Amino acid sequence: MTTIQEVPQGRLKSPFYPRQAELDRLNRWHEWKGYSSADGFYDTTLEYFSIRNSTSVFDLTPMTKYRITGPDSLDFIDRLVTRDMRKIKPGRVAYAVWCNDEGQVIDDGTIFHLKEGEYRLCSQERHMAWLTAAAIGMDVSIVDETHDIAALAVQGPTSYSVMKNLGLDGIENLKPFGLTNFDFEGTDLMVSRTGFTGDLGYELWLPAAKAEALWDALFEAGKLHGIMAIGTEALEQSRIEAGFIAAYVDFLPADVTVRSGRSRSPFELGLEWLVDFKKSNFNGRRALAKEKRQGSTWRLVKLDIEGNKPAHHSYIFAKSGGRQKNIGFTTSATWSPVCKQNIAIGTVRTPHGNVGDKLFVEIYYQREMHWSRVMAEATVVDKPFWNPPRRRATPPGPF
Amino acid sequence: MNDRYDAIVVGAGHNGLVCASLLAKAGRKVLVLEAKDQVGGAAITRTFAEGYSVSACAHLLYQLQPQVRKDLGLEFDMSSDQMGTIALSPDGNHVRYNGNEVSGTSDEDAASYKDFYRRMTRFADLLQTYLNKTPPRLAKDASLSDLLTLVRLGFDVRRLGKVEMQEFLRLIGINIYDELAERFESGLLKGALSLDAVLGTHLGPRSPNTILTYLYRLAGSHGTISAPAGGMSAVSEALAHSARDNGATIRTGMPVKKIIIENGRAAGVETENGEQFSSWLVVSNADPKTTIMRLVSARNVETGFTRRVHNIRMRGNAAKLHLALDGLPHIKGIEKREYGERFVVAPDENYVERAFNAAKYGETSTKPVFEITFPSFRDSSLAPTGKHVLSAIVQYAPYALREGWSDETRQAFLDRAIATLGEYMPDLKQRISAAEMLTPADIEKEFLITGGHWHHGELSLDQFLFTRPVGGAAQYAMPLDGLYLCGAGAHPGGGVSGAAGRNAARAILKREKAA
Repeated sequence: MTTIQEVPQGRLKSPFYPRQAELDRLNRWHEWKGYSSADGFYDTTLEYFSIRNSTSVFDLTPMTKYRITGPDSLDFIDRLVTRDMRKIKPGRVAYAVWCNDEGQVIDDGTIFHLKEGEYRLCSQERHMAWLTAAAIGMDVSIVDETHDIAALAVQGPTSYSVMKNLGLDGIENLKPFGLTNFDFEGTDLMVSRTGFTGDLGYELWLPAAKAEALWDALFEAGKLHGIMAIGTEALEQSRIEAGFIAAYVDFLPADVTVRSGRSRSPFELGLEWLVDFKKSNFNGRRALAKEKRQGSTWRLVKLDIEGNKPAHHSYIFAKSGGRQKNIGFTTSATWSPVCKQNIAIGTVRTPHGNVGDKLFVEIYYQREMHWSRVMAEATVVDKPFWNPPRRRATPPGPF
Repeated sequence: MNDRYDAIVVGAGHNGLVCASLLAKAGRKVLVLEAKDQVGGAAITRTFAEGYSVSACAHLLYQLQPQVRKDLGLEFDMSSDQMGTIALSPDGNHVRYNGNEVSGTSDEDAASYKDFYRRMTRFADLLQTYLNKTPPRLAKDASLSDLLTLVRLGFDVRRLGKVEMQEFLRLIGINIYDELAERFESGLLKGALSLDAVLGTHLGPRSPNTILTYLYRLAGSHGTISAPAGGMSAVSEALAHSARDNGATIRTGMPVKKIIIENGRAAGVETENGEQFSSWLVVSNADPKTTIMRLVSARNVETGFTRRVHNIRMRGNAAKLHLALDGLPHIKGIEKREYGERFVVAPDENYVERAFNAAKYGETSTKPVFEITFPSFRDSSLAPTGKHVLSAIVQYAPYALREGWSDETRQAFLDRAIATLGEYMPDLKQRISAAEMLTPADIEKEFLITGGHWHHGELSLDQFLFTRPVGGAAQYAMPLDGLYLCGAGAHPGGGVSGAAGRNAARAILKREKAA
């Protein structure tokens, strides 16, 4: 008799799903690139404070992961992104953006130089079509290992102690944006000192088959350090505090925009530091050089806003000749519990948005059905809202 | 680094020579580097058997642009001018046409042909104007002159008059099969005109935009066919003389290995023997894929552009047949004086379409179609006294043959071609003393054209005008400072016309002036 194999339908489950399901009290899930991903497990505020006060564990498995190998892998990566990848040695991780020929950002992500000539590219969106096009004429292989590699972000002030408890000897020497490998029950466990929270933290990567074993060992190791599984909502709050941008929130990938002028260049996203005109040719170089000469249209701003009402979907105004002029809009906003600040990330038209500029955001809020509006003063700041020294300290302190 | 030049032209094909000559004429110090020992690219005469020579790739002149001849004051003799076409029938009842005259058909067909020819040449004249212009940019940074060209194009189409404009717009995208079916009853005439439309393409008469390819063929000289004395090298040599007279240096046997890139711009070239030549202006006569993927390398251009170049459709489908004959073969119903004409084997339009069917599946045609000339008939320099040369384009022989091209598959196609010709020339086989068949794979190798496609890219609406070779690079300047394309891969396309070379030179000089 022929057995008909079940065809997976609906959302994929992360290899950590069985463990997450045990902890889950909210049953609030959303879709992330085909996977079920939790909004939260217990309570967003509680989860948020585990990031800032103890240790949080976030399931990164749905994150896109491509393994890039071959004789031309360095040339391939270096042409793909705007920063100089020749400077990123094996064992290092680089945050990077990649652009289309028009110098518009397709996505941002992290590139792990696993070993000489071998890379892993991680991003929120899928990019096989673009990477395949970028590989034309080059001797590289690109393998999608999204489903094969399980990944966890372990972030928070006690995360270093948890790693030590997990038995990762030598983790104290791992610097920010470094990566190193350990043996975990006979399997290779890669640990990188990277994250999306702006705090001390690590990301753990290993074959999906070992996912549950790692989860168990990790939670055992973190038992006395306040370890807690978190969902996307808590993470979202912390990434705004760290001043990180997110695709589909703070910018649209250039390959999905339809209207002209809706995509952004790295300059327009505050990522000028990632664009290196001294390196060899890269995608978008000509267009970006022109933009640099002629000036950009948009500017990404971090705003410190008065009051405590989050400036979700707000217009941004500037005073000009005694009148309020609409110059842009906010894209991410939150009350920051740890900074005790009302913060937002927004996009304004140049030349507005210089550091120190006093702008206004128009905040609408609802109280018992009735809408009210405030024009709250907002100051443009340049530093991340949350950037504690422990994030960079090597060795990190035990908490 | 070696000497510094104002411009280096990679490849001495006829377009490269036109471009070099015009740049030199404008006072630039120009170097032309040719991989082969002979100038001309695919427009050359060479020996294929002892004592026998032939135009090895292109063998007839259709579209050599009058402007090119005028600009460069070209002079060369024609062995045949105003060649007529004879559509062969095995029973000897051939159809003959030349200009707007056709014979061997019904009177209705003859009258209809006059009307067809009048309309087609009128449309071809419209097209002709734009073959000799840089196509306008459609992007948001289009210049004023781009917009004017575009407005002019619209105006010119409108000026045809209401009825003719409607006809033009109706016809420009459709296939020639339908139009011929509506107009004519003679299978031979329809077959021959179908063949005119699809020669050198990966298209059958029922493929879309075969009216466009037909118009392209008529543009320039209304389909008047001629052959230069001494073969195609006569044209190339005349162009080389013109370039040298204007001060350009031409070096043959110097294959270019790569285009040197410095600080994101073209800075010169390096040849296979390691010599380097510097220039801030590199003009490539090679096809776009060779230019970008091999000479420049993907590393030095951007991904979107690489993808577009990679996707250019350019797989040749035409083979070239050369036969050394110890005498003219007998053709029923053909008088001796007529051997100087052009013959076609395309008995009807369905025969041509069926021949194309095989090519869709990576096979050669069981019954191929032919365009045949006996160049030695009017030009005794090509063969020993009393002997003759047959030169034919044979379709369809797809570049990506499923079985792959080898000596065996080439021989099989050659045998089939000769057998098919034998139906029209019964004593042909006995007269052959040597035979050569160049498949698209051979053409790729001998003439250094990717895919062996003599247009350097399929001539179709999506690879025409604003999008030739690809969108964003249709004005001869490639998206790499200092690099230009001047070959058939650029607007307007292939054929020994010189239009691409002339337009490229003009675009370069105009841009220099603006800078």
